Amino acid sequence: MKTDARTTVWLAVKLLARDWRAGELTVLVTALLVAVTALTGVAFLTDRVGQAVEMRAAESLAADLRLSSNQPIDPDYAGLAARSGLETARVTSMPSVVFSGEANTLAAVRAVTAGYPLRGYLKTSNRLLSDVTQTDEVPGPGEAWASTRLMARLGVDTGAALEVGGAQLTLTRVLDFRPDEGWSFVDLAPTLLINDADLESTQLIQPGSRVSHQLLFAGSRSAVDRLKPLLQEQLKDSENLRDIGDTSPQIRSSMDRSGRFLNLASLVSVLLAAVAVAMAARRYSHRHRDRIALMKCMGASQRLIFRSSLLQLLMLALAGGVIGAFFGYLSQWGLAWLMRDFIGQALPAPGLQPVVLGLVTALSIMGGFALPDLAQMGKTPPLRVLRQDLDPPPLRYGISWLAGVAAVLGLLLWIMRDTRLVLSIFAGASATFVALGAAGWLLVKSLRGFRGAAGIAWRYGLANLSRRGKESVAQIVAFGLGLMVLLLLSTVRTQLMDTWRQSLPENAPNQFLINIQPHEVDAMAAFLAERQIEAPAFVPLVRARMTAINGEDVTQMTFEDPQGERWARRDSNLSWTSTLQADNRVVGGEFWQPEFIGSEVSVEQDFGQELGLSLGDSVAFDIAGENVTATVTSFRTVEWDSFSPNFFMVFSPGVLEPFPATYITSLYVEESGRDAVLDLMRNFPSVTAIDLDAVLSQVRDVMDKAALAVQAVFIFTLLAGVTVLWAAVQATRDERRYESAMLRTFGASKKRVLGGAATEFVAIGLLAGLLASAGATLAGYLLATRLFELDYTVSVTLWLAGPLAGMLFVGVSGMAATWRVITHAPVSVLRTA
Amino acid sequence: MDTSETENSGSALKARQLSKQVSSPEGVLTILDNVSLEVRQGESIAIVGASGAGKSTLLGLLAGLDVPSRGKIWLGDDEITALDEDGRAALRANNVGFVFQSFHLISSLTALENVMLPLELAGVEHAAEAARQALRTVGLEPRRRHYPHQLSGGEKQRVAIARAFVVEPEVLFADEPTGNLDKRTGETVIDLLFRMNRETRTTLVLVTHDLDLAARCDRVLYMDAGQIERETNGHNGGTESSPQEAAQ
Repeated sequence: MKTDARTTVWLAVKLLARDWRAGELTVLVTALLVAVTALTGVAFLTDRVGQAVEMRAAESLAADLRLSSNQPIDPDYAGLAARSGLETARVTSMPSVVFSGEANTLAAVRAVTAGYPLRGYLKTSNRLLSDVTQTDEVPGPGEAWASTRLMARLGVDTGAALEVGGAQLTLTRVLDFRPDEGWSFVDLAPTLLINDADLESTQLIQPGSRVSHQLLFAGSRSAVDRLKPLLQEQLKDSENLRDIGDTSPQIRSSMDRSGRFLNLASLVSVLLAAVAVAMAARRYSHRHRDRIALMKCMGASQRLIFRSSLLQLLMLALAGGVIGAFFGYLSQWGLAWLMRDFIGQALPAPGLQPVVLGLVTALSIMGGFALPDLAQMGKTPPLRVLRQDLDPPPLRYGISWLAGVAAVLGLLLWIMRDTRLVLSIFAGASATFVALGAAGWLLVKSLRGFRGAAGIAWRYGLANLSRRGKESVAQIVAFGLGLMVLLLLSTVRTQLMDTWRQSLPENAPNQFLINIQPHEVDAMAAFLAERQIEAPAFVPLVRARMTAINGEDVTQMTFEDPQGERWARRDSNLSWTSTLQADNRVVGGEFWQPEFIGSEVSVEQDFGQELGLSLGDSVAFDIAGENVTATVTSFRTVEWDSFSPNFFMVFSPGVLEPFPATYITSLYVEESGRDAVLDLMRNFPSVTAIDLDAVLSQVRDVMDKAALAVQAVFIFTLLAGVTVLWAAVQATRDERRYESAMLRTFGASKKRVLGGAATEFVAIGLLAGLLASAGATLAGYLLATRLFELDYTVSVTLWLAGPLAGMLFVGVSGMAATWRVITHAPVSVLRTA
Repeated sequence: MDTSETENSGSALKARQLSKQVSSPEGVLTILDNVSLEVRQGESIAIVGASGAGKSTLLGLLAGLDVPSRGKIWLGDDEITALDEDGRAALRANNVGFVFQSFHLISSLTALENVMLPLELAGVEHAAEAARQALRTVGLEPRRRHYPHQLSGGEKQRVAIARAFVVEPEVLFADEPTGNLDKRTGETVIDLLFRMNRETRTTLVLVTHDLDLAARCDRVLYMDAGQIERETNGHNGGTESSPQEAAQ
């Protein structure tokens, strides 16, 4: 005899193996596998795409981490990095006048060591306007690579001799792109890239000269994460460490949005998976009541049955978690391979986190959605062996709902780590459940009136729907939710993505002109008008340093947000305006009236939060030695990806005008009109033009990756949705098989039985589809306006697609299941065990 | 015979003043009304009566599958009415076997696995060997790998008989064992049932509406409207006695 525990384990393993072999677990396991595969596939892929997005962002630093200082950087840092397994490269930059014969101009000279850039690539060409290629090299000793702008100013092409300080260099290539080309007004002068070995011979590094030293680091994420705190501990006051989290607001904004899209898609998979598993578990428990009664009859205790069921569930969840994660891993490789042409670069290998996610998901779904039914199945009275009508006590809906809700919420919070978003989406989904349920119930109730309206197939189909009232409602809810999510993803994906892309129109500004002197504004406007380049708005810019907030010295203040501290310690670019820019939106306080004159400032919302500012606070600045104070009267959000000149701090008229200002503007210049920019630079030599095309394509690239990931996720979600439909049809299959066999035995033709089933499924699909369209429209509207801050227009396609997809999906799936019933000889169905 | 409520020596099964009432839309319904009986070790009894007479209800109570509204039941020396559901299950595991009208084979298990199930539940080692031997006894060893849907009705019932006897029960409850079988197959199955009953000296409680079948038992109890109306000796004849006498 075995001990209780051994009997439990042994029984669980045996019954599980036998159920598996007999096909009893196919639906449940498939639902679980699709769920876990979908979720981990998404997780693996988003992990990789996320890493790629981060890498792309890292390219804008040319590194994973960048240490900057105006003092030479201690070589120990490089040693520390080498010991942590990280690569390093050094960049030393300084402004210097570069000569070529008679011509000369101010350039930002950057001396780099081999390996630069550690992230991203340099793009160069052999001559001006010739083919641009990507390179791993840096200029050799004695060589220099110059940007197009620098060459335009010097009026030279490759081959020219250049004089940089005390060094004689040969211009060997045109530098068309470097990944760390900032556009945040830091690197204003055109670039000249030289080899670090030539730095000494230039004799440019002298006491008091303005030199910026940078040490770049790159390596595995874990190594970077290990090194960062070590570096932070040793940082001197003059040193500044940046990682990709601190990159330009455009990249951060794009990353935030892509993250939200991907999380949304994961969420949908979780919900669909849960529905499918719950349906499969219900069917399993219904089918196994006889067995439980028999086992009890043979002396199995309630405890043995419950424990063995629990153990079976655990084994299923573990197997489903691991195998599903493996499938997820395979499928994401397949997807990445399919999309290799679009991705354009190899995605980094995924981490192992998704496997844990797979296990936790499988356990949560099984625990929350299968366990209540299995536990209830264990309560089947043994007397059922004599009286088939005896069922276990009905499952208390409170318990089953609570378990499901707890499982989904817990899992979602764990995945998304954004309580507000999870709760709002969960509330939306719950409301949809209730709405779908109520509508489904109304339909089922109203069917009686239609039953006499048509032929026998129609009557039989509708009678079926009506008779299985609760089940029909459950199916309508499941189909409705599944379809809603599918519609939501397809419409939200395309509609929102289109709207999002439209916020970056083809003719988004691609040139930024800065350092425009006040007296040049009119002349430049005339120059641009002459060349039919749309006359832009010229925005004033005043350089200032923040001194105090509410009278407190900012250098003595401690900021909760380290980013706030960085902002407070660096030079600020201030502007003023009488009216709010079109791409700005006031979210707190009130923006001044156009005629207002006074000391007010409007602050960008995130910037204000980082500095810990509130409405009514006073901020003081030192501008050219004078103190200026203004009161914060409004907070704004800014669409950074509009690429219009925008400022964190905008003053009301009446404060900054007395101070020396330069003007900035942005324009769209067509590819064919590039000559105009060269002309402009010759006519206005002090003006600096920044080519935004490179930055724009970088941002677009990030967005494309995000879009691609969402589309990939959509494929998984579609699969999960189909599984829900399959599980729902399977749930009533036994009953249908039996009834169809009965009808055929009584003489009904195949066609008639088929017609009845078709009526039922198409009716369910139609209603579910209509409700799904309504739900998707509402959810799409809420998501667009509340979450993504985009416009939303009601889509006719969606209202056609919902009912059509519903009828097609439910009809085809239902008929596929019914078809087998009809092709079976009735006797084989009627002969039961 | 000693009819004290604490001792039950000599009886395989004893019931005292059993009643079962259920609530229905029409009010409280009495399905079983003050039924007493005693079955000796190795004895076979048949409970006969029309549909709704309370036969299956009585069987369910005697086997501990259900609890009476009133009255007590002993299985061997154990009072099953004093046990909770798990206690009754444990008692069944060691003492009771079943054969049902609708066979109740588990469709996802093979013939062999169906027979193994009670052994596995009792934690018996080498269940497969014992199950195979039981299938050999009922002549179905070659069909051991077949699923229920691949067996005929008679074969299913033979598998069910093997399953019932494999645990060597003290008492075997059979509920209309031939109800779903044709006459000839039914006879074969019943011959098997009685042969195994004799060989293993199992106590048999048989519920049936087939009087010929009932007559093969030692005693026949006739039920009507929830009461034992009369009792006769089986084996195709015998004297009639009142329920009270039968219970003595």
